[in-house]
Amino acid sequence: MTVISELSADGQQLTILVQGRFDFAMHQDFRNAYEEVANVQRFVVDLRGTQYLDSSALGMLLLLRDHAGGEDAQVRLVNCSPDVNTILTISNFSKLFQIG
Amino acid sequence: MVEPLLPQPEPLVVLIADDNASDRLLLSTIVRRQGHTVLSVSNGAEAVALFEAERPQLVLMDALMPVMDGFEAARRIKRMAGEALVPIIFLTSLSESEALVRCLEAGGDDFVAKPYNQVILAAKINAMDRLRRLQDTVLQQRDLIARHNDYLLNEQRVAKAVFDQVAHSGCLSAPNIRYLQSPYALFNGDLLLAAYTPAGNMHVLLGDFTGHGLPAAVGAMPLAEVFYGMTAKGYGVSETLREMNAKLKRILPVDMFCCATLLCVNFNQRQVEVWSGGLPEGYLLHADTDERTPLVSRHLPLGVLDAKRFDDATDVYPLAVGDRVFLISDGVLETSNSDDEMFGSQRLHAVFAANRGSQSLIDEVQRALNVFRGEARDDVSMIEIGFIDPQLLGSRAVTYSDSGALSPLDWSASFEFRASTLKRFNPLPYLLQLLLEVHGLRRQSGKLYSVLSELYSNALEHGVLGLDSALKRDAAGFARYYQERGERLSHLESGFIRVHLQVVSADQGGQSGRLTIRVEDSGDGFDVQRVLALPPVVNELSGRGLRLVRELSEQSRWSEDGRTACVEFFWGALA
Repeated sequence: MTVISELSADGQQLTILVQGRFDFAMHQDFRNAYEEVANVQRFVVDLRGTQYLDSSALGMLLLLRDHAGGEDAQVRLVNCSPDVNTILTISNFSKLFQIG
Repeated sequence: MVEPLLPQPEPLVVLIADDNASDRLLLSTIVRRQGHTVLSVSNGAEAVALFEAERPQLVLMDALMPVMDGFEAARRIKRMAGEALVPIIFLTSLSESEALVRCLEAGGDDFVAKPYNQVILAAKINAMDRLRRLQDTVLQQRDLIARHNDYLLNEQRVAKAVFDQVAHSGCLSAPNIRYLQSPYALFNGDLLLAAYTPAGNMHVLLGDFTGHGLPAAVGAMPLAEVFYGMTAKGYGVSETLREMNAKLKRILPVDMFCCATLLCVNFNQRQVEVWSGGLPEGYLLHADTDERTPLVSRHLPLGVLDAKRFDDATDVYPLAVGDRVFLISDGVLETSNSDDEMFGSQRLHAVFAANRGSQSLIDEVQRALNVFRGEARDDVSMIEIGFIDPQLLGSRAVTYSDSGALSPLDWSASFEFRASTLKRFNPLPYLLQLLLEVHGLRRQSGKLYSVLSELYSNALEHGVLGLDSALKRDAAGFARYYQERGERLSHLESGFIRVHLQVVSADQGGQSGRLTIRVEDSGDGFDVQRVLALPPVVNELSGRGLRLVRELSEQSRWSEDGRTACVEFFWGALA
């Protein structure tokens, strides 16, 4: 399980690629991925390599959203597998994040 | 991590046992010169005795000695030392391997050959000392962990006992409720609460906090307190949710929240009101058709949104006797087998299909989970709430915390609630709290609240909002009615409901008296003669309100124009 982050050429968008089970074990890596990068306008969490996400992962997404400005945050969750989508749907996270 | 510096050899107390006086003297001199304190004896028996008295940290033991040989002495010393490592190094001129093996079998840790090589001897003493200290550290840490674990278990036990007091103050033991919850569910973040409202409705909450252990448990207490406090005061599902959400949002860190389903079973109106945020879908199981209505999570979990953006919209479904509401925590669907496959909702539906209305649904789901997984999981919560004849529920008691000694006995009060207030405020809990200050009325708080809320919702829905209850003739109309209610209320700009309360005591001590409630609305009124003459309904989805008011209050009448209702309650000798 790894977290890889990549900043766009203009430095405006940070893409965080999460691979493996997205759960509490990723807590520190996930935070590190965005906390050390300043002046990012948009965040993209790429979940193509994630088959599973638990409630602490949802909590980490909320932390990212908070870091990104809360209500004004621009955070997109992309490449969600059907299982991940189910969990996001049950939690109604589409009300907080752009999904897709 | 910083690499620890090699520890300086620490001066030790070393016991030397050798029957040869010159060997003993030579060895003592060498060891002493290395900085250690030496105790010396000349046979095994003396070695054992001195060990017992002085507890030296390391032993240099000759193998062959009179009285008691080194092998026996080593065995006894090891036994006395217990778990602590007291290294024993055999001093031996024996060279055949069988004898050396005997040394180790007797509990020896190493041996040095005579004649002594000072450098090797010092190195061996140091190596043994390192092992000795390692063992010491391991033992200390083991004891520390054991102690911490004891503390933790004890703390959990106490916390659980306190919480159980809170959780079981509700009505989870009601005859229409079945549930399954691990005894330590609290530390999995699972929460199950049930309580009666003053009107005899039942509120049920299934919650699941993020995380495990203490962090998952801390949010449960404030949530339970809001749940019980507001339910006992007669607040509805929406108000209770708003308060719970606001409280959790305020006290929990950003990444913590509580997935929850809150529902209200209204036994008089035969309906259930449901709000669900973040839990897997629950089900309304219909007794007559064997159909299942999914109760889908439509909201974000509690504690995520701020008060302004929180959505308290609920769904209302009609209930018939024998219908059941079934709620589960995500542990049920996420139970996985050895192939990392999840139990999932399809398997759950298969259990439903096989169940066919039997009482043992929870057992059957649990059995299916155990078969699927091969063993039981301890973080699965399930609850089934049956809709039964309210007569079978027994006493639906609400508990009060004050003594009731202060009782206002002669007063009246009038309220006018106008459009903008009607939109977002439910005055009933306040009115009821005011009335329950009158000690004599407390025994009939259920009736009082039911009548008050029927009158208030009639005034609001049929009067101010002009809704026709004929809409509720089937399940679709029922849903449309409540949708329409929400829409009209949100666009309401004028109208009012007036509530006039009058309490008169019939004697000095307030042992008996009378309460008069008058509720008036700004609507068009209704044809009182016609409506009151309608035959009582049995299986319809509407038309219970007025009948209920007439049955529960001592006196009830309506003004000619149908815009004002007046009811009376008596207590004490007047009743």
